[in-house]
Amino acid sequence: MSYRQARYDVELIQKMGDKGDVILPLPEDDEIPSELRRTSLDIPNLRENEVVRHYTNLSQMNFGIDNGFYPLGSCTMKYNPKYADILSSLPTVTDIHPCQDEEGVQGSLQLMYELEKSLAAISGMDAISLQPAAGAHGEFTGMLIIKAYHEGLGELRKEVIVPDTAHGTNPASAAMAGFEVVEIPSNEDGRVDLSALEAAISPRTAALMLTNPNTLGIFEKDIVKMAEIVHDAGGLLYYDGANLNAVMGRTNPGVMGFDVMHFNLHKTFATPHGGGGPGAGPVGVKAFLEPFLPAPRITLKNGTYHLTYDAKSIGKVRSFYGNFAVLVRAYAYILKCGSDGLKKVSDKAVLNSNYLCNKLVPSYDMPFKKLRKHEFVISAKRLKEERDITAMDISKRLLDYGMMAPTVYFPSLVEEALMIEPTETESIETLDQFADIMLSIMAEDPDLVKNSPYNTSVRRVDEVHAARELILSYLRLKRHLGDMQEIEEKHDVANNLMSDDYTGTE
Amino acid sequence: MTDERMLKSLGIDSIDDLFSDIPASVGIDDIDIPSGASEMEVIRKVTEILSANVTAYDHPCFMGGGVYNRFIPSAVKAIISRSEFVTSYTPYQAEVSQGMLQALFEYQSYIAELTGMEAVNSSNYDAATALGEAAAMCYRINKRKKFLIPQVINCDKRSTLRNYVKGIDMDIIEYSYDFDTGEVDLNDIMRKLDEDVAGVYIEVPNFLGVIDRQTVDIKSIIGDALLVVGVDPISLSLLKAPSSYGADIVIGEGQSLGSPMNFGGPMLGLFGCRQELVRKMPGRIIGLTKDAEGNRAFCMTLQTREQHIRRSRATSNICTNEALMAVAAAAYLAIVGRDGLQTIARSNMAIARKLRDALSSVDGVECSTLEAPFFNEFPARLPIKPEKMSKILLRNGIIGGVPLAKHVPEMGDCMLFAATEMVTDSDIDKLINIMGAIV
Repeated sequence: MSYRQARYDVELIQKMGDKGDVILPLPEDDEIPSELRRTSLDIPNLRENEVVRHYTNLSQMNFGIDNGFYPLGSCTMKYNPKYADILSSLPTVTDIHPCQDEEGVQGSLQLMYELEKSLAAISGMDAISLQPAAGAHGEFTGMLIIKAYHEGLGELRKEVIVPDTAHGTNPASAAMAGFEVVEIPSNEDGRVDLSALEAAISPRTAALMLTNPNTLGIFEKDIVKMAEIVHDAGGLLYYDGANLNAVMGRTNPGVMGFDVMHFNLHKTFATPHGGGGPGAGPVGVKAFLEPFLPAPRITLKNGTYHLTYDAKSIGKVRSFYGNFAVLVRAYAYILKCGSDGLKKVSDKAVLNSNYLCNKLVPSYDMPFKKLRKHEFVISAKRLKEERDITAMDISKRLLDYGMMAPTVYFPSLVEEALMIEPTETESIETLDQFADIMLSIMAEDPDLVKNSPYNTSVRRVDEVHAARELILSYLRLKRHLGDMQEIEEKHDVANNLMSDDYTGTE
Repeated sequence: MTDERMLKSLGIDSIDDLFSDIPASVGIDDIDIPSGASEMEVIRKVTEILSANVTAYDHPCFMGGGVYNRFIPSAVKAIISRSEFVTSYTPYQAEVSQGMLQALFEYQSYIAELTGMEAVNSSNYDAATALGEAAAMCYRINKRKKFLIPQVINCDKRSTLRNYVKGIDMDIIEYSYDFDTGEVDLNDIMRKLDEDVAGVYIEVPNFLGVIDRQTVDIKSIIGDALLVVGVDPISLSLLKAPSSYGADIVIGEGQSLGSPMNFGGPMLGLFGCRQELVRKMPGRIIGLTKDAEGNRAFCMTLQTREQHIRRSRATSNICTNEALMAVAAAAYLAIVGRDGLQTIARSNMAIARKLRDALSSVDGVECSTLEAPFFNEFPARLPIKPEKMSKILLRNGIIGGVPLAKHVPEMGDCMLFAATEMVTDSDIDKLINIMGAIV
């Protein structure tokens, strides 16, 4: 397999076109108060086709699921079905103002109401709010709900327990809501250590945050016991839905005993991730927490949908009702899959993961026991010791073969971790190909691997340099005299030299 | 077939074996939703449900209040439909993600130019969460626990802000405004200032559309409290960059820049700050750097502030953001350019004035409530309840303004009217005719 990513020298758009005079002409009859009138604006006027070429060329220097395999652990990068693109761009989605009278948005409200019902059925939760914009935002919302619940009981509970395998957002969200984070270690099986949990539990415990299966891909089979421990102490259980793709139709957070959870619609329900967002992170709760959900709720009365505000609600966690265009996509996906299809999604995701894992181990070491769910974590520690090839080197070398790298160095309890999540939408041929490449990299010349990638738009990127220079905008670049300007100038020269005959490949 | 081959390679007979570690007590038999449907059925059903919506595509729309019905050039849609952008994840692997990284750097650069903030992140969820994060950032910088906001503000922002500062127990204190002009009451700010105030928030234009002439004086009266400015990016083509009057942090709603209204989401939270404060800033940031051969390259930077590294001590929990909307904003600004952006802003102002004059001619409608200059929206006092007016207008095929009761209770008899380039003369005529017939 050979791969070549496009390599264009694309000028910064701020440097293109008619630079003209950045000083603005003073208009006659201007109603802008003089003390606030702008006098200069350095934004180029460009031809539309120049702009389209610019971004089309940039897009070709970017790698999405539509380009190739994307086994990024914990991110569930499954194929994003195209019908969802069509539906989310209907004018009945895009051209609706959020403050319109209820009467004029019955379609939106019905779709959201039904999506809430479906998510409740999938998760075993009683009530859903679609408001949070992302997974971490859902976590934060969940933490605020838990806080409001305990405060309502007149209890001061300041601690949230998270396992050492938790996603970084878990402790960050808990801290943002004002909780102190208590981290507990995993046991020798890669699961939560029950005795550590018991030791950490106290009347100060507000909640335990857990993802199940955990980030090692291992199912926390003591979940019932854990729920009992937490509930007996008056705490609540929070489910991080990032790994929900592993268990749909097999179990659900509700039956496992969780009280609050979030979904990642951009993971489990196949909405595209847009290079970092938008996502959607709905929150689900058991009935006793429903009054605390963000406002407004969507209610159905005599065949009409309404936006209602509960006095106990925590209020808003963002403007309006959620990332509606993303919700439309997820709604369509759930409709398409149905109950039978969603179960197949999880079954196939787990089968693909175990199949791939089995091809890579024992060539790669895998800490903890074998049975995995939708993802697994292998270690390049031995390779590092024997051949000086690190998990980072492997991830960069994979790019040369047209494959996205796995998540690296997470979870941190595994040294030289490579976290791999193939998802259900990949064929056995793709999995085989990936496994072959992973195994062949082990045998490649270490220097070749350490200096990779070669076939990408740029060679290995110097992140330390970026953090030292901190050029975060063209405005800064213009004012900053130093290294980066030289690189920019070099880039400009290269641009001119190469414009005629550059082939775009290594 | 394939599945059997895969099962065989694992030495098992059934997929059930892969779930043997799930205790029977938490097992389920089924998901209680209908079974699957064909793509054709899905498209028909979703389209049908949504057809109950009344769209600004088919109807005149005078609604604003933070979200605007703007024209989006077709090329913007084409650019952000490129599936290499749409289907990519956060650009962790810089070498294979230069396209998204450069596009986001260009977005940051455009916002930097408009706001004067040299450090801009690659997006927050929306303006409300950006405001919440800004208040928390002020606390991180000076460890003070009060934050001043205008009394006139979108109620979603107020509520979101309160939630964002719950964890740090920050007091949100509202300062008053001049009822005649709609401008802030500087004396009230001074009364409420003390050594515990972390930051002061002001919006230009404000929630009522007012361009506050005293904006430039605020920095000098708030001492060493931080100045947080909320902006409308379209207006910044005519208004001074907030850096010029002392802003430390600038936030705003970027939906106007090439993203549809989408019933309120996704939006685009703008967030920038002075370069010196960047280490306290939340969110993903793209930086300029070089590759191993010295070629220009881009990558995410200052990740040590972020949740995946710093966990409970991160500057924010934000991970997924609104990157694709940020690319839309860059593409929008690239296409309209300096001249186009100014033309749009000026036309909005002109249409808003035409709308105001037309509304003033309707018996019982009072538009000249505020004396200060305004951008593209303004409140109008109505002779009937604004909520009732909304319904009547809707039934006559018009999406009216935002009723103000929820946001500014003392203006409960007012509706906030907005004008963008999408509002035509005949839209205004239609509105006036219907309102004239009602009142």
